[in-house]
Amino acid sequence: MRFVDEFRDADKAHALAAKIAELCEPGRQYKLMEVCGGHTHTIYKHGLEDYLPESITLVHGPGCPVCVIPMGRVDDAISLASEPGTIMTSFGDMMRVPGSKGSFFDAKAAGTDIRMVYSPLDSLKIARQNPDQRVVFMAIGFETTTPSTAMTVLRAAAEGLQNFSVFCNHVTIIPAIKAILDSPDLRLDGFIGPGHVSTVIGCRPYEFIARDYGKPVVVAGFEPLDILQSIYMLMVQLSEGRSEVENQYTRVVPWDGNLAALRAINQVMELRPYFEWRGLGFISHSAMRMRAEYAAFDAELLFEVPGVRVADPKACQCGEVLKGVLKPWECKVFGTACTPETPIGTCMVSPEGACAAYYNFGRLHRRRVVEVSIQ
Amino acid sequence: MTDGATWVDEALREHEQRERQERQAGPAASRQAATGPEREQQVLDRIDRARRRRPKIREERITMSHGSGGKATRTLVEAVFVDAFSNVLLEPLEDAAQLHLNGSRVALTTDSYVVSPLFFPGGDIGDLAVNGTVNDLAVSGATPLYLSAGFILEEGFAVADLTRIVASMKTAAETAGVQVVTGDTKVVQRGKADGCYINTAGIGVVEHDVSLGVANAQPGDAIIVSGPIGEHGVTIMLARGELDIEADIASDTAPLNGLIADLLSATTGVRALRDATRGGVATILNEVASSAGVGVQVNEDAIPVSAVVRGASELLGIDPMYVACEGRLVAVVAPEEASRALAAMRAHPLGTAAAVIGEVTAEPPGIVLLKTAFGGTRIVDLLVGDPLPRIC
Amino acid sequence: MCLGIPGEVIELLADQPDLARVDVSGVKRVINIGLLADDPPHPGEWVLIHVGFALSKIDEAEAATALQFLEGIGQAYADELAALQESRIE
Repeated sequence: MRFVDEFRDADKAHALAAKIAELCEPGRQYKLMEVCGGHTHTIYKHGLEDYLPESITLVHGPGCPVCVIPMGRVDDAISLASEPGTIMTSFGDMMRVPGSKGSFFDAKAAGTDIRMVYSPLDSLKIARQNPDQRVVFMAIGFETTTPSTAMTVLRAAAEGLQNFSVFCNHVTIIPAIKAILDSPDLRLDGFIGPGHVSTVIGCRPYEFIARDYGKPVVVAGFEPLDILQSIYMLMVQLSEGRSEVENQYTRVVPWDGNLAALRAINQVMELRPYFEWRGLGFISHSAMRMRAEYAAFDAELLFEVPGVRVADPKACQCGEVLKGVLKPWECKVFGTACTPETPIGTCMVSPEGACAAYYNFGRLHRRRVVEVSIQ
Repeated sequence: MTDGATWVDEALREHEQRERQERQAGPAASRQAATGPEREQQVLDRIDRARRRRPKIREERITMSHGSGGKATRTLVEAVFVDAFSNVLLEPLEDAAQLHLNGSRVALTTDSYVVSPLFFPGGDIGDLAVNGTVNDLAVSGATPLYLSAGFILEEGFAVADLTRIVASMKTAAETAGVQVVTGDTKVVQRGKADGCYINTAGIGVVEHDVSLGVANAQPGDAIIVSGPIGEHGVTIMLARGELDIEADIASDTAPLNGLIADLLSATTGVRALRDATRGGVATILNEVASSAGVGVQVNEDAIPVSAVVRGASELLGIDPMYVACEGRLVAVVAPEEASRALAAMRAHPLGTAAAVIGEVTAEPPGIVLLKTAFGGTRIVDLLVGDPLPRIC
Repeated sequence: MCLGIPGEVIELLADQPDLARVDVSGVKRVINIGLLADDPPHPGEWVLIHVGFALSKIDEAEAATALQFLEGIGQAYADELAALQESRIE
């Protein structure tokens, strides 16, 4: 596959790994955070950590939009879906996220009409095909996905669809990164910057990280060589005492972002004054809602949403895992009460969650891994 | 604000109880608080114990996961069916039961077919119904002989479609050399049965002096796959038309008894055979690892996957190792016989692309490891959830 | 969720300016290219696809540069390894 296979070449990986190791100062430990859930997934899926020296630790960040959805919002969505004559549509990753009484999957088994879609446009299609039903799209995602929801609403408006609405849970990445930077628990040396979010927002929004916090940022692609190269670029900056924003993913990410996408978002949505993030608490100006002009497509206005806040179970340490303070296996319920089959928290349910990635892919003693990889 | 979820507290209490019981029953655990890699290993050990526990059904209702062929299916089978029917013939949970009847060794199997859509590139539900059951018999070392066919038809289903399906079954049976000798027909009201559901049961005679079973796998054994994986599952997904994807791909449904007969004649080193259906190759590898208490190590580079299956999988974010096939087998073969086995498979039209994809190892027991094309390592666990419902 | 995959644009749909047919390793799908309205893609160009939308064009020149860098590192590494081997033989 073009633009994919070339960036999965093992020989080049060994070369980069050697260069990275050379840049490590003896006796110094490095903590680099990859913000984006997609990066966490790639790192585990390809066994990338096997290439890094012991002195570099990758810390998994909160860039998994499924992981930050509070239980109460899942309950709200299920409540919407349960209204008679409603079809709820959602991405696959949301289907097993637990609410206080179960997930979409459980609700579906009990008879609620919840359907998995690949694109918000599929949801529109269902709305066109079922004019007597109200179709709701469970919109989740960072800025990567927000423009697609916005474009879908614009299409629905242009077609004059009366039975389509969006339950908007889109969140923005910068406030999450800022929450990490301001967190006293964490001392990070640099950031592997979000790849696809950056195709929309560009690289400029990260400048405050380098300027005000003195940490280097490298916007990274999603193939394993992209991530390794980004780590290399971070290490070069650290060894030269620089802190700048660099773009490794130049083949896809434009420095200024995608203006048409930003325009679409801006036309249809606006920032909420505050929004609750699972594990991170309330963050101001961190999430989107529909503008008043598009009220006809806002499920929160069209339906009665319970809006009850549900406290995270006391045993759940997703918040600390999301912030990178705890490694997945350091959570007390990891792998026992909380498994991919019986998830308690979102980090275990989402394919991009750090716990799911570690449980599904990385659950090995490092010694054994070294044995296998060296062969 | 309401208090968390009660189901969480219950789950935690239950786990704590079981942990306490195990600790009391087992050797005295170290009281020292470990740190770093030692602590990680302690956690991994605890998880291992949790995974070995007797499965329990937590859900109150059946969900689509229970039909995916992955973890939930296995839990359901073990906790409900095996628990109730418990007998030594059922316990191995191989693709067919091995029976002794008046001195003959007979294999018996059954499968139900609920695929949607009924007709797809490369075949239809009728082909699956015959080939699937023939294959379950063949991988058990049996020569498939007779099938039963039970139909559940929906009121309003077109007779022309039924005729078409039955014609496929007739051709498939002739190709496989089996006969449909008994059957049943039921009709249910419009809205149930999605057109047509079929159940087939099959019997065959085990003539070879072999005893096949995944529990026989030993460290050093080679793992061979008979051809490119994931073609059936991807074909079905695309045929559903919900994804608006077009591709040049067809189901790999085929009867494997000819290929298997050639293989078993060529070598006595075959320890186990399985056909890769729901849950894909990954599910079989996990069954080998857990039944035999061995490790399984496969190389991503060695696994045959067609460009189209790869492209569709990348597009949809699924892993071809979990995608169903309907005409591919996985063989566990003694290492000194691997080349002979491979040659025998490649000589047959259905096995031309057969490849050794990995081997059985002593460590880590019960775990399947994948050496990625990139050179790193990751685990391949049983499927959780159900990315591709109603595949077969 | 961050899932973005490169695909080649094969044709623009004449009656629907917002839509294009793309090919991903032999699999074809119609996607929405509305987010690239400022600089629409032409057949033969590659785009990054996410949930049925094209988010960005793939800049082939930049991809080539990225690969060149990796080749360079790879070659330097291979050279070093070769040098290491030779020095052992002595």
